[in-house]
Amino acid sequence: MGGNAGMIRIEELLGLVPEAPQAEITLWIERCWLRAERAPDGAWIFTEVDVARVRLLTELRITLEVAEETMPVVLSLIDQLYDARRTVKALLGALETQPAPVRQAVLARARSQGSE
Amino acid sequence: MDDPYQILGVPKTASAEEIRKAYRRLAKQWHPDTNPDKPEAEARFKAISAANALLSDPEQRGRFDRGEIDASGAERAPPGGGWREWAEAPQGARYQSRSHGFGGEAPGGSYEAEDFEDLLSRAFGAGARAQAGGRRRGADIQVALHVPFLDAVRGATRQVTLPDGRRVNLTIPKGAEDGTVLRLAGQGMPGRGEGAPAGDILAVVEIEPHPLFRREGKDILLDLPVTLQEALLGARVEVPTIEGPVTMTIPPYSGEGTRLRLRGRGVDGGHQIAVLHVVMPKGPDPALEAFLRDWKPQDGSNPRAGPWAGMRA
Repeated sequence: MGGNAGMIRIEELLGLVPEAPQAEITLWIERCWLRAERAPDGAWIFTEVDVARVRLLTELRITLEVAEETMPVVLSLIDQLYDARRTVKALLGALETQPAPVRQAVLARARSQGSE
Repeated sequence: MDDPYQILGVPKTASAEEIRKAYRRLAKQWHPDTNPDKPEAEARFKAISAANALLSDPEQRGRFDRGEIDASGAERAPPGGGWREWAEAPQGARYQSRSHGFGGEAPGGSYEAEDFEDLLSRAFGAGARAQAGGRRRGADIQVALHVPFLDAVRGATRQVTLPDGRRVNLTIPKGAEDGTVLRLAGQGMPGRGEGAPAGDILAVVEIEPHPLFRREGKDILLDLPVTLQEALLGARVEVPTIEGPVTMTIPPYSGEGTRLRLRGRGVDGGHQIAVLHVVMPKGPDPALEAFLRDWKPQDGSNPRAGPWAGMRA
């Protein structure tokens, strides 16, 4: 997984995303909106993808003022969308490694299905 | 990065020609080779090149003006503060939809593999899952590699930082072109399951323009300003090539746009071609004016003969 490069502690996290509402972060972790691991000393540690996640959550909660009770629905939709996009990307990546005739055939078929 | 319009000192309404002129002027002024005494020149020069790369491409410029990309050419984060980049990377699976408890499944379990495997077995039958015993090749990591013009021409080694923080060295082959893909086999995301191969790193080369040189296949083109005197009387002038300056002979009576070839000074057996641009004296120059007033051209020819003659009718 990405991010083993740096273990980011909450102080650094808040330095990277100063707008983040510090008081809410524990709540986000509890609700699994944000993932974090525990360091041996019990402190939360984050990876780079988690920092990006905090930016997203901050944007939703602070900038867009999404209500707390609405967040699970919004997050679920966003995450589902990216699940789908990752899957599509993986499939396209796999398709790219195929010989040209296979690629053409799959593309042609996908187009004809798309326009039906 | 700062506003590219400010870097080039042009208004937002500047025409392509104005941008090109501003870039040429600044690039010459700040070229590191001509400013060895100014350590800040290189950074300035890079900023100027980057600003020009953005503004000289109408599509990129439009996207920048509409706020879709920032000055470094990166997608300006749509709502989400850059989440998309991460969410679409393999690391994004850390936040798969069912992992935050809304969908019901307990969080913290293993993620990504299940959904993807589900999808594959639905699409291709159970065989897809059984075949490799759950083994799966790791994902490729694609990165854009911005390469200075001369590095692409001469070949170079560059260190790049991957989205996951690893640093790798990439060798840019001599003569690399825009869009060349460099593959570092097995350096991508690790595979899943025992013995599964890792993915590759795919680095897509994007060549930054050079203030003096352009590339046409294997040839290097250079606009070479010459004085009226040099063009008419001929001269020996020093010109830059991709491998350092050389002296070149301009034959007498060389006109505007004359192409002079420096054999073998291009890329991989190509040539360098100097395109002459005759620069008129700024004037006033009374002696030259007086001379020209009394001057009767020996060849007596009319440059507007030929097809031009018919235009009168």
